[in-house]
Amino acid sequence: MTEITEVPSPFCGIGTDDLSIQVDGATLKVTANGCSVNTPAFEQALADTSPRIAGQAVSLEAATSKAAELLRNTNQPVIGGCATDVNGMRALLALADKAGAVVDNINFNAARRNLLAMQDSGWMNTTLAEVKNRCDLLLIIGTDPEVFAPRFFEHFLWNEQAMFLDSTDQREVIYLGKEPAGQAAVSPSGKKPTVLACADADLPDVVAVLSALVKNQPIRVETVGDIAVAQLQTVADKLRNARYGVVLWSAGKLTFEHAELTVQTICNIVKDINMLGTRCSGLPLGGKEGDYTANQTCGWTTGYPARVNFAKGYPEYDPFLFDGQAMIANSEADALVWVHAYNSTATPPKTHLPTIVIGRSGMTFEREPDVFIPVGTPGIDHVGHVYRMDSVVALRLKKLRDSGLPSTAAVLTAIEQAL
Amino acid sequence: MLIKLTGGTVYDPASGIDGQQQDIYVQDGRIVDAPKDGRPVDQEYDLRGKVVMSGAIDMHTHIGGGKGNIARTLLPEDHRMDPVHRTPITRSGNGHAMPSTYVAGYRYAEMGYTACFEPAVLPINARQAHMEMGDTPIVDKGGYVMLGSDDFLLRMMTANKDQKAINDYVAWTLNAAKGIGIKVVNAGGISAFKFNQRKLDLDEQNSHYAVTPRQILQTLARAVQELGITHPLHVHGCNLGVPGNLETTLNTIQGIDGLPMHLTHIQFHSYGTEGDFKFSSGAAQIAEAINSNPNITADVGQILFGQTVTASGDNMRQHANHKYASPNKWVCMDIECDAGCGVVPFKYKDQNFVNALQWAIGLEIFLLVEDPWRIFLTTDHPNGAPFTSYPHLIRLLMDRSFRNDMLATIHPEAQKMTTLASIEREYTLNEIAIMTRAGAARIIGLKDRGALSAGNWADITVYTENADRQTMFTKPDYVFKDGELVVKDGEVVKVTWGTTHIVKPDYDLSIEKDLKPYFDKYLTMKLGNFKISDDEISEDGRGSLTAHPLRGAA
Repeated sequence: MTEITEVPSPFCGIGTDDLSIQVDGATLKVTANGCSVNTPAFEQALADTSPRIAGQAVSLEAATSKAAELLRNTNQPVIGGCATDVNGMRALLALADKAGAVVDNINFNAARRNLLAMQDSGWMNTTLAEVKNRCDLLLIIGTDPEVFAPRFFEHFLWNEQAMFLDSTDQREVIYLGKEPAGQAAVSPSGKKPTVLACADADLPDVVAVLSALVKNQPIRVETVGDIAVAQLQTVADKLRNARYGVVLWSAGKLTFEHAELTVQTICNIVKDINMLGTRCSGLPLGGKEGDYTANQTCGWTTGYPARVNFAKGYPEYDPFLFDGQAMIANSEADALVWVHAYNSTATPPKTHLPTIVIGRSGMTFEREPDVFIPVGTPGIDHVGHVYRMDSVVALRLKKLRDSGLPSTAAVLTAIEQAL
Repeated sequence: MLIKLTGGTVYDPASGIDGQQQDIYVQDGRIVDAPKDGRPVDQEYDLRGKVVMSGAIDMHTHIGGGKGNIARTLLPEDHRMDPVHRTPITRSGNGHAMPSTYVAGYRYAEMGYTACFEPAVLPINARQAHMEMGDTPIVDKGGYVMLGSDDFLLRMMTANKDQKAINDYVAWTLNAAKGIGIKVVNAGGISAFKFNQRKLDLDEQNSHYAVTPRQILQTLARAVQELGITHPLHVHGCNLGVPGNLETTLNTIQGIDGLPMHLTHIQFHSYGTEGDFKFSSGAAQIAEAINSNPNITADVGQILFGQTVTASGDNMRQHANHKYASPNKWVCMDIECDAGCGVVPFKYKDQNFVNALQWAIGLEIFLLVEDPWRIFLTTDHPNGAPFTSYPHLIRLLMDRSFRNDMLATIHPEAQKMTTLASIEREYTLNEIAIMTRAGAARIIGLKDRGALSAGNWADITVYTENADRQTMFTKPDYVFKDGELVVKDGEVVKVTWGTTHIVKPDYDLSIEKDLKPYFDKYLTMKLGNFKISDDEISEDGRGSLTAHPLRGAA
């Protein structure tokens, strides 16, 4: 039995790298700094290690040859999921390039809300260490960081010391939209966050009014989404008076139509505050289980984030047309490769197309895929790289045990070479 | 395998060879002496009538790292105009202003380049820079690690830590991030922007730290010298793009006390305030200062007209310049108490007075700096123009009548504000070879590259002589990388993987006693997880590390 310390996690999105994990054969136990997201993800027992064709155990070579056979002569395969590490994505993109496939990350529809705003007008964002040391005002719009990552506040707000604040307890936290689910946002001395709650559906209006107030535009109504405009005026004043305000949102939680416009309004509020002579930065929450790894790797390999189509022999990007799920539903695809190395419950969409699943050991299926190849999880079964939520910092993941499971990269490369 | 390149006209300034007809022999990736034992030649290339140089080296080009990927993501419309098809040996991708990594590698090789250096590797983002460069085929690569706005250094300087401690920190960071040089971007300015300072002059204090940009430059230039790092401190100066910044730049040169210093994209730092538009050329004064200060080198950062995107660590100046964004979208980031970045698309227009004069200022600097060993050909890719415009730039330098024809088409007021028409100089092939090969290898500190004498790695480019230098330099006949033929008639024929060049200066390990608690307390990653291991570069089976000697070492 050994204990490995300073273990980085690909699961929580905030780049936690202080876990201690006890390794006993293939069994892992988080012994320090676990949380409700990371602990079960690391401790999940190793299940099947054998590849299957039509439910029958086969060798890895037989499984990869069969996968290549299923992909040969297809016109429009889709590679979905795309939840792996950088090397896994490199191999996935090489396969897609050769097979003329669509590459579509599992959470692209959420990421799209940010990308559409970014590609239309840009943004001013910050990263976690800046939050930890500078943020004196955190405005949270339409989400709860505690639900996303239980240790968010502990790590980045209530840290014992910050370089540029006399006391981290002075920080002010405002929730706009959702209410906090737990107590993590309460400061160590017991200061509670300000909460201005509204329905998600009202967020576009509420954010638009806040934007107008920041720009000193007159507002005729007195309330918006049950929030008094006077209260929003207070928020606007606080943003303008902060030393380093941070505005946080979570694209995945803005589940209403055209949420990209709300993201854009949030980003423009940040830019406007900066134009008015005060520093302020955005902080998009997201990027668990390799989401941003997919977008980053696809970004430097193709020039576009992870929803591209190689069917024409070069990458094309369309954030709507190349939605893998929609293509399958509309009979626009003729094979599916599903890649998810982190989460055995993240199974492929229902389809009768030839289906190849490269998944975390333990995945169970309503309909057995034509080929299933269990792979190692980056950061548990092999080393790797994964991006955390700010898309700036890539973590070097550790190998914790010898499970004998191949990496996503090894499997996809074998399929590509057999093609 | 013994390869003979027969009868080419060789320009090898590192060996003092200026256009002589010579045979070159290659074996096991390196250039070798003519065999005396009668060994048969396995393959011969008849290069009679061809021009032979070593592979070109781009000493400042943004090919890897977070800001480049932001630039890519920001501009899908720019990629759509330039799709690149997959071939049986090459990957697909996209080009133009900020190409995908594969396309960047192919296109550099197809232009005769065999090494590229990323000049702004943020330590906390160095993994990404190396991963992107690791996906850039054929060419060798390396990076300059950015310091100067990182809170650890500024805290050390505020606490009056001695130079030795700072040297240890610099060397530790360079080892951890795996670079070959140290870069400063708007010294202290990126930090100052986080404290809401919107400009920072050379002698202006950071509002939090009692430190000025001049002190940061002196401290880091001294560290680079004392550590024996060959590449001089690589400096992106204060006040980029500000009319009148000429004075800042001259002051920066005087203030460095004779220490080696490389001023990058100096075109953007050579502006006066004369004339009706209060914007004028400072090229003559800047060139004079370079000519009279042998410790100074510079690359130009030439602008060329058209759409591009500027990607810089200088978020202070990029934020100030966002009002010129075209198309109107831009990104700024504060990054990890380490640095920052700003990405602003630009469309340089020949009928815009400022852009037209920027174009002329860059060319004036090229032509007025006398020593080609101390000036380097760059567009600060993609900031002044994409690297694919180098052949056009070479023609502007080598062909006065072409240059003057171009000059006659730009904004008329800009024509009146430049002395370009009166400058007679035309660069020679030997001078181009110095600027893009021998000089670049020397200034970066590359051992066994950038020269064609025996013992050097066989990075060799062969061109067909052509009076139209743009045509000549666009499409080499042959490019050899480490002795392998990778490009023929301007097209990739074999994909190889270059090495990553680094230096490994020594340091006192006790620096980690200060760094570890700093990481634990203030940063978001453990010290042990921050350091990049050798495996990370080589585990894909393609990458490798090549460590170069320090100055004064054998």
